[in-house]
Amino acid sequence: MLAWTIYLSFLGAVVVTFTPGKNPTIARVTALLTALAGLGIAIVAIMHADRSGQVITIVRTPWISRLGIEYHLAADGISLILVLLTGIAAVAGILFSWNVELRVKDFFALYLVLIGAVYGVFLSFDLFLLFVFYEIAIIPKYFLIAIWGSTRREYAAMKLVLYSFAGSALVLAGMIAAYCVAGQRSVSFEVLAHFPFPVHFQMWAFPMVFVGFAVLAGMWPFHTWAPTGHAAAPTAASMLLAGVVMKLGAYGCLRVAMMLFPRGLDPWGFRVLGFGSWQQVFAGLALIGIIYGATIALVQKDLKFVVGYSSVSHMGFVLLGLMTLNQIGLAGAVYQMFSHGIIAGLLFAVVGRMVYDRTHTRDLQELSRIPLGRLIPFAAVTFVLASMASIGLPGFSGFVAELQVLIGSWRSFPWLACIAGVGILIGIAFTWRALQATFLGEADTTAAPQQAMPPITLPERLGACLLLASTIVLGLYPRLLMDLILPSLNGPLFEQLRRGAWR
Amino acid sequence: MTGSSYLELLRLTAPEILVALTGFLVLVLDLTFLRRAALAFRFRTAIVVACIGCVLALLVLERGSAQGTLPAGMLVVNSLTQLIQMALLALAILVLLWAGGARFTTHVGEYCALILFATTAMMLLVSTQNLLVIFITIEFLSLSLYILTGFDKDSAQSAEAALKYFLFGGMSAGILLFGMSLLYGISGSIALQAIAAAVNASPGDPMLTLAMVMLLVGFGFKIAAAPFHMWAPEVYQGAPTASAALVASSSKVASFFALFLVFYLGLMPAAGSAAWGHSSAGWAPLIAILAVASMLWGNLAAIAQTSVRRVLAYSAIGHAGYMLIALVTHSPESLTALVYYVFTYALATVGAFGVLAALEEEKVDSIADFAGLGKRAPGLSFCLLIFLLSLAGIPPLAGFAGKFYVFVAALEIPDHFGLLWLVLLALVMSVVSFYYYLKILKQAYVSEPKPGAAVIRVPVATRVALWTAAALVVILGCLPDMLLNRIAAAVAGAFQ
Repeated sequence: MLAWTIYLSFLGAVVVTFTPGKNPTIARVTALLTALAGLGIAIVAIMHADRSGQVITIVRTPWISRLGIEYHLAADGISLILVLLTGIAAVAGILFSWNVELRVKDFFALYLVLIGAVYGVFLSFDLFLLFVFYEIAIIPKYFLIAIWGSTRREYAAMKLVLYSFAGSALVLAGMIAAYCVAGQRSVSFEVLAHFPFPVHFQMWAFPMVFVGFAVLAGMWPFHTWAPTGHAAAPTAASMLLAGVVMKLGAYGCLRVAMMLFPRGLDPWGFRVLGFGSWQQVFAGLALIGIIYGATIALVQKDLKFVVGYSSVSHMGFVLLGLMTLNQIGLAGAVYQMFSHGIIAGLLFAVVGRMVYDRTHTRDLQELSRIPLGRLIPFAAVTFVLASMASIGLPGFSGFVAELQVLIGSWRSFPWLACIAGVGILIGIAFTWRALQATFLGEADTTAAPQQAMPPITLPERLGACLLLASTIVLGLYPRLLMDLILPSLNGPLFEQLRRGAWR
Repeated sequence: MTGSSYLELLRLTAPEILVALTGFLVLVLDLTFLRRAALAFRFRTAIVVACIGCVLALLVLERGSAQGTLPAGMLVVNSLTQLIQMALLALAILVLLWAGGARFTTHVGEYCALILFATTAMMLLVSTQNLLVIFITIEFLSLSLYILTGFDKDSAQSAEAALKYFLFGGMSAGILLFGMSLLYGISGSIALQAIAAAVNASPGDPMLTLAMVMLLVGFGFKIAAAPFHMWAPEVYQGAPTASAALVASSSKVASFFALFLVFYLGLMPAAGSAAWGHSSAGWAPLIAILAVASMLWGNLAAIAQTSVRRVLAYSAIGHAGYMLIALVTHSPESLTALVYYVFTYALATVGAFGVLAALEEEKVDSIADFAGLGKRAPGLSFCLLIFLLSLAGIPPLAGFAGKFYVFVAALEIPDHFGLLWLVLLALVMSVVSFYYYLKILKQAYVSEPKPGAAVIRVPVATRVALWTAAALVVILGCLPDMLLNRIAAAVAGAFQ
């Protein structure tokens, strides 16, 4: 049934395109129903999922028999929670773009295509199929940003798309190489995950594929598409970009690069600039991303750029968690994928929809002159809660995730854990600064008379509540997801990773 | 030759004869009965008759007409050549349909007949393994294409393109012939099989090297590989749309196949290797140089173009580079990949030209003219989206499956990933190519139409043909098995 998340989204896109008449409400409702159906399927699937770490096969038929490629959809715990994340983000995104008036049908159609492709990536258990969905996701991103975006949208859209495409070219090279080396006439995960690739092959294939995916996960120094892209995108698209699309990259790093080429993480046997393995190199880059993203966010004038750079910083935790190579770190990384998806979506929703669509400015200086806290109290409350979640206060999902990543990295590289801790502190600083300027600042009451603002609409409230509830529930009861993540990490697919570099 | 083998000749060339006769029929009909009819009616009749001829030839081929070989490889008809001939006929039908909207000439019969003659030449070119017949058919093809290029007599651009095409073509044909004569001198034969045997006896002959270089120059011109590509941008831009479509699609299919046959069958022992670190002298490294030059120059120069047709021309040069990788690989697997690639490439290209043909009235040339096409002609621009994304190699469209297979074939040969460098370069360049295709699509979908720009009406026949082509691109991308298995079986049958 899970496969229907993909089909329904694509089908929904077609239906939305051909909804009759000029009335945009029909298109909106259709899109929302499609997304809700996807979310519903995801929830049902999670409730029925067995917690033993088994891979549930959904569909498996030969596809390109000449090359041994299969149409193989399946899910394990990690896929399931990311499918759930996609469902939540999709519904919230549609709720927050209820006010889109320009080319409504096109907007929701492209949006649903993007969603469908994302579902597809998470559910693919054949590398070729995964790649196909990964690339399908690129095209709608471009048009969503270039048509409905704001600040320097065409530049940002092109940049984002070229970065994604360059990353996927690396992945494609790695996939073809893996296919030919294994010589099994298959790129199914089941086959490749158990195939003992030669170590010297893994040593170059691993970094290539990892970097290819990490581009989309916002790894420093390939992160520059993220802030510009997020800032330029329309609200729903930035929610999806930060919330789900960056997770595609992180998911690919784990599912493809690390699962298939685990020996690539082994020590090289020599040291270059103090690095002795790809593990250390990427952990270092992740750390730079954490600190760098947070520091840059600290000095941004544009509120959306603050959130954009904060995404780079938080995604650094995901990558750091992956590179710890121990169970708690990896589990933390997966948890952080989910958690950041929700929180980033929430932040972008407040910034892009609630604030920007009403004030038409994102400049922190100008915002600080408007008494937003009084004008739109709901937004203020949401933003405060989102900020708390973002800086990782206990009780929110961010806390559970980042704590695990820190513990994991403490075990692997204590020094890096300390520096990552500093990153969290800077994170508190920039979040506080943004919060201060937008909602908590002393409004300049002598300035121009305050213009009345349209009140927060029902869809916005619903969307915000959905996201807030998710982060709080998962912050209070992390076992909900951990019970799915841990067995999967201990499952047969990650056996090589566990046997190899795992500590 | 005895009498019975003339009969054999007739049987083997039945489809070609059918197409050529249709060409004459179109000519005669147009010059006799339709002299005084309106131009649009003449075009319609000529195209309908020509298409019927092509469809009949297709049916003859599909029904599995005679297969066999004439002495000295003069004519080799097997299921692979028949498959390629079918593709050539299908492309010819599309090109004829694109010509339907043309109003630049009153010589309707001649124009359609020339398209059919060019197709006949290509069909013969792919079904021979004899240097002399290859040369004659290439000349036959080229002469038809020169005239088709310069057919718009009122346009200086068209005349310039034709002249340039002719001068370059004439020169390269001379060099090609010289190369062939050297090969004859070495082997004493014009049949590819016999040449292979002679080359096998003395693979290091310096004269052979000279011959290979000259053959490559000649074929490099036909397939528009850098640095022999100079004519391509002019022809794509200046020629009437249907002519350009023919040059860009079916001529590519036929030339690539002939090129592969000549080198694979005739010069295999002198292949050498282009593997990184293990290269050895032969034609594979030479072709690798052409491939690199084409990929780099085609894709980088395309970025700077402002005219859509020139973008397509430079992208064609880049694609020639990708396809040459299959030649560098020179395995049966890579021939399968090449045939699939060149089919899907030709389909997408002919589709893109079809969109341009539908916009003929609008005088569309620069990329900026595409502004707001998504609103002015939603169907048309959706087809354009499919074609361009397929050219860019975005899954699940046909172009991606082709690219993937070519690269897999290049890495699969047992030489320890020697061709990885070529594959990596191709992947990098396909990222570059994505940029310029997206630039066109951006105009179509993101930019607003110019004030006063009306909705564009597209004739029904063109629309149906465009949608069919677009659907084929999608289907061949989603279910490549259908065609791939057929090609693979044919390749296996052709070279047991």
